[in-house]
Amino acid sequence: MWIQYKTIVIREILRFSRIWVQTLFPPITTTLLYLLIFGGLMGERIGNMQGVDYLHFIIPGIILMTVIQNSYANTVASFFLAKFNHSIEELLVSPVSYWVILLGYVSGGVARGLTVGLGVLIAVSFFVDLQIYSVFIIFIIFLLTAVLFSLAGFINAIFAQSFDDISIVPTFILMPMIYLGGMFYSIEILPEFWQNLSKFNPIYYMVDGFRMGFLGSSTTGIVESIMVLLAMIVLLSLLALYLLKRGINIKT
Amino acid sequence: MSNALTIKALSKIYANDFHALKGIDLSIKEGDFFALLGSNGAGKTTIIGIICGLLEKTAGNISVLGLNQDSSAYEVKRLIGLMPQEFNFNPFEPIEEILINQAGYHGITRTHAKAYAEILLKRVELWDKRLDVAKSLSGGMKRRLMLARALIHKPKILILDEPSAGVDIEIRRSMWAFLRELNKEGVTIILTTHYLEEAESLCRNIAIVDNGEVIEQTSMKRLLSKVSQQTLILESGKKLPKIPVKLEFSVTQLNDYSLEMVLESGTSITQALQTLGEHGISIDHIRSAQNRLETLFLNLTSGK
Repeated sequence: MWIQYKTIVIREILRFSRIWVQTLFPPITTTLLYLLIFGGLMGERIGNMQGVDYLHFIIPGIILMTVIQNSYANTVASFFLAKFNHSIEELLVSPVSYWVILLGYVSGGVARGLTVGLGVLIAVSFFVDLQIYSVFIIFIIFLLTAVLFSLAGFINAIFAQSFDDISIVPTFILMPMIYLGGMFYSIEILPEFWQNLSKFNPIYYMVDGFRMGFLGSSTTGIVESIMVLLAMIVLLSLLALYLLKRGINIKT
Repeated sequence: MSNALTIKALSKIYANDFHALKGIDLSIKEGDFFALLGSNGAGKTTIIGIICGLLEKTAGNISVLGLNQDSSAYEVKRLIGLMPQEFNFNPFEPIEEILINQAGYHGITRTHAKAYAEILLKRVELWDKRLDVAKSLSGGMKRRLMLARALIHKPKILILDEPSAGVDIEIRRSMWAFLRELNKEGVTIILTTHYLEEAESLCRNIAIVDNGEVIEQTSMKRLLSKVSQQTLILESGKKLPKIPVKLEFSVTQLNDYSLEMVLESGTSITQALQTLGEHGISIDHIRSAQNRLETLFLNLTSGK
């Protein structure tokens, strides 16, 4: 079982590493641009947010955004392409259990999310004097977020039947959730109704928890953030396993 | 000898209510070289898909070397190697990686897989291309890659779905030689093909599937003996003399150098050639005008 899992993970890492110009380099460039425009150029005019200057406030959110997007993109693209070119059959004719397939793909997504996130973190540290409150909190939120969005990408790929289907969710659901999850602002500045609504957005808890790891302050508790992430991981894992076992869009 | 594969009352109804298989019964002996013939849409690929775990059956039972597919799914998958009809690999992956990954899915370590991949890639004449991505290969090479991939975990049963499609004659012959070798080593081979000559040349036993049902399962010899006539084309290096009018078999002159001879079942070719020789007709080359299996296949599937 270990060899089967390792094979899928190595294959996934090789896949995104071979096309590093598409997978690893652009997120780092985009993040630096975000920091330059929102943090450097506009940040001074915005002033402080949650007790820190705006540049330091948005860094955790921007790093987490790259982790979310890349973990998601890796599993959705890889699993959908495996369905599209029928190479998924290589796994289906082999004695690999469904949970090993899921774990392998999710680990691949996590590997890309963490590689890109770490790359962004290193790139940012060249330009900004990073404040770090707790490495443990940063790591745990980093990891759980990557797992969660790898799972979400996997489920999207199971349902997807065309290339359009793998871009609809990231564009029309994921992106608004990221932008409205307190990445660029503290929800404390919103009217009460929107504050309450934001609390239904799971990304809010991730960004808030991640920010806690850097700045040492958050609008909600770190335990609450981790619990929300764990609950969603369990839920999506069960759903993904159920869909795989049923062979939805994989077997007829 | 025990059965390599036993299928009982296998049926498959697709979501659109299409009855692809209507209670198939099939048994294949261990070590056999078995042909599964049928026209497009007859149900061959559906049978193979269900055996290999790519499709869900509606009803029925499959056992592979005594193991029930439902209760021992993983063990059954370890015993089978599949070379499918459609290309089903990642075209952007290097060839050697495709084999090593497939071995990994079967729990074989990278070191062992690499060593055996070298043997297989050399055997299918793809060793020089091992670092190339799969999309750069020709159609025939892609088929050979799938054959090597099907063998990477040393299966006891090899299932080949149209293995020769798009493969040129020379490579096809070398592939046949390799398959015969594998069969001699004890690998049970199940083959579907459109090239009936391939089935006639390679297989000892045969099943004909038509419209989701097995309409014939017998030995190749017995099946071919059902053909009442055999048409041969005889060619001579010299200009042929006049054909005698009264012969025990029908002969038509096609041109100055070739004849068409029709023999009834039971008439010996050697005897017929001897008779022609007695009339000063020497033959240098003989070939079959129509594949005998093809004739029979058409008769069976058209309900004659």
